[in-house]
Amino acid sequence: MTGDRDASDRLLEQVNHARANATPLRIQGSNSKAFLGQEVAGEVLDTREHRGIVHYDPTELVITARAGTPLRELLAALDAAGQQLPCEPPAFGEDATVGGMIASGLSGPRRPWAGSVRDFVLGTRMISGHGALLRFGGEVMKNVAGYDLSRLLAGSFGCLGVITEVSLKVLPKPRHGLSIRLEMNSAEALGKLAEWGRQPLPISAACHDGNCLHLRLEGGEGSVSAARQRFGGEVIDNQYWSDLNEHRLAFFDEGQPLWRLSLPNHIGPLNLPGTQLIDWAGAQRWLKTDANTVQALAHEVGGHATCYSHGVTGTPFQPLAPALLRYHRQLKAQLDPLGLFNPGRMYPEF
Amino acid sequence: MNILYDEQLDGPLPKVDKHALLTAMQARIPDLEILHRQEDLKPYECDGLSAYRTTPMLVVLPRRVEQVQALLKLCHERHVPVVARGAGTGLSGGALPLESGVLLVMARFNQILHIDPDARIARLQPGVRNLAISQAAAPFGLYYAPDPSSQIACSIGGNVAENAGGVHCLKYGLTVHNLLQLEILTMEGERLTLGSEALDSPGLDLLALFTGSEGLLGVITEVAVKLLPRPQVARVLLASFDSVDKAGRAVAEIIGAGIIPGGLEMMDNLAIRAAEDFIHAGYPVDAEAILLCELDGVEADVHDDCERVREVLQRAGAIEVRQAQDEAERLRFWAGRKNAFPAVGRLAPDYYCMDGTIPRRALPEVLQRIASLGAEHGLRVANVFHAGDGNMHPLILFDANQPGELERAETLGGKILELCVQVGGSITGEHGVGREKINQMCAQFNSDELNLFRAVKAAFDPEGLLNPGKNIPTLHRCAEFGAMHIHGGQLPFPELERF
Repeated sequence: MTGDRDASDRLLEQVNHARANATPLRIQGSNSKAFLGQEVAGEVLDTREHRGIVHYDPTELVITARAGTPLRELLAALDAAGQQLPCEPPAFGEDATVGGMIASGLSGPRRPWAGSVRDFVLGTRMISGHGALLRFGGEVMKNVAGYDLSRLLAGSFGCLGVITEVSLKVLPKPRHGLSIRLEMNSAEALGKLAEWGRQPLPISAACHDGNCLHLRLEGGEGSVSAARQRFGGEVIDNQYWSDLNEHRLAFFDEGQPLWRLSLPNHIGPLNLPGTQLIDWAGAQRWLKTDANTVQALAHEVGGHATCYSHGVTGTPFQPLAPALLRYHRQLKAQLDPLGLFNPGRMYPEF
Repeated sequence: MNILYDEQLDGPLPKVDKHALLTAMQARIPDLEILHRQEDLKPYECDGLSAYRTTPMLVVLPRRVEQVQALLKLCHERHVPVVARGAGTGLSGGALPLESGVLLVMARFNQILHIDPDARIARLQPGVRNLAISQAAAPFGLYYAPDPSSQIACSIGGNVAENAGGVHCLKYGLTVHNLLQLEILTMEGERLTLGSEALDSPGLDLLALFTGSEGLLGVITEVAVKLLPRPQVARVLLASFDSVDKAGRAVAEIIGAGIIPGGLEMMDNLAIRAAEDFIHAGYPVDAEAILLCELDGVEADVHDDCERVREVLQRAGAIEVRQAQDEAERLRFWAGRKNAFPAVGRLAPDYYCMDGTIPRRALPEVLQRIASLGAEHGLRVANVFHAGDGNMHPLILFDANQPGELERAETLGGKILELCVQVGGSITGEHGVGREKINQMCAQFNSDELNLFRAVKAAFDPEGLLNPGKNIPTLHRCAEFGAMHIHGGQLPFPELERF
């Protein structure tokens, strides 16, 4: 692609400059996920000039790309080879980057069946707080040499270092896929999903919007058509899932603050203040509410909640237990001793 | 080079007074079972890598988490190194004891705490055997996917510590992909919960960091794993080839055809003959390579995929493609593969199992170079390969009773691992670094990277008391090792002083 280039030297130079002056850095790609977490005061380190797909061999099932590569470019390359990132990360913006996808670690509707962004990370290159460009993991499926820094970086919101490159496991697209809508209430839907979860069915997405259960079926022709016959219902456009993933459904329209609850999948129907949308077969629930008790409610049932509306709360990510927080701080202090990278983005304490 | 803990290379260990420690332990944790006589300690001197042995100072066999916590607090106060151990089946010496350390045996924590079929979660004590999880889940139509070959004996705590794999990793992932939650104790005796029954948790992904950390960051006291519905059917195809090259290309073409087999294994001629001799699996002993390709899922899909794979294999030049006609034959095909290690073990008094991973495209080149390295060292090498995920298990045949053969086997093994790194792979896919591959870590990582690993360690165990000497080498060791292994005229770590 035009514009592809290795700008890691310049990124390293900027980190070393920040080290010399002890200036915090605000790491960003296109800022498509800036609404998550707290605002960071710091000099902008923009990854976007460090871009391009470095390696992609479909028969190895691995793609390696620089952090500033637009996510759509990576997805287009996979699409052209009949492959995909099964965790279907949401972009939340036209120009979302690969680095931002890893740093935020957000996964889409297929997550309970296929795995998370972290699950598909095989290796990374990063700039540490010691001012060195490092490589962990690699382009192989199995690699247990040393600590798993690469997967630790997924979802770290840039707080441990600058991710400059990532290698991801990819998979062939399913041969067949179709989506259906079944009319049933949420209690019935969650009961059914628990029952179906114990059977080898080709379900790859399940969302309940208050009135209907939406299912995506993916697999070989035989399994998909058998499941379609068994479930009945009405066929809907597959577009539904990207609208859900990118928050384009009417549910997500402006109004009350939006919260994401990540819960054990067997909780059943939950009486929450506000309106909710159940995704991930019950394991992820979106809630529109003015209530300030969402994190406490999520904690009560063994989960946690994140605020997706900027500036609503001082703790957009669920606060950590004191002992866990202490080890988080110690880890941050070891990997980023000067506190350069996105200080306070996740938690005020680091 | 001596692989046992060497204070000159691996750093000084605290001096521990055995008698004083024993007395303090008995006073502080009166109900803790402690072994301290030489004859009782002997059985614990090694794990599955039996070439390396060290008698531990003390062995403790706790039954309750409170005992483990009190023990860690005591050892932390008194600066006593602690090595945790599960079933002791590890192949990299990750649970190799220390003469001046306590061996913490977690095997008595062997209870399955809860199986929740609706949530598809099993809650386990760390000493539960891998296979026992799937057996307990079977009545609900569920199973636990990672299946290391030692699954009959290895325990889930060890699986987590090593991020164990198995023959189904390409499709079903490693241990890290099948975990939900860990309860751990840090060296200070602090209890932490990592992960949850939800699919993600707030904060950094310490669950991923701890998985595969080889007992250097904390002691695992409880594990919650995901269970999957058992696939409706599994079918296996056996293809034989007259060259390893063609078999390698066939693997790439299966993947290229958009098929992800449940298992995809390759064996070379020496491994085929050994397995056939031992198990009578019906393998073609004249083939240069065989591929075992298992497809699992829903009946109709598996049927279609079997046809697709058969075509691909034939197009790739397979001499013969056979499909197991019934479940008995399928299990027989697999029995040959699953018993390949002991089968090869019958060809020579000893064998040394390597665990490198490579990008699949490098396979023909790597196998050729392994053959010539073997010839150079006067040793035979049989190759068993998780072809789907690029994880090789070259088995070096030798006789430890012949002077110098063990050393030759170790040298050859080290060279094979460095070869894996050179082609863009890794020194270990699933067995771990432990003590065995501590030198090869210097080939895979530079000093800045090793320093970052040490920083991670310092965040959880600043005094370095948990499993010292494993997984991450000191720069001092790397400098020494670098002096012995010069590649292409270039010294690793040129910036370091030589000792």
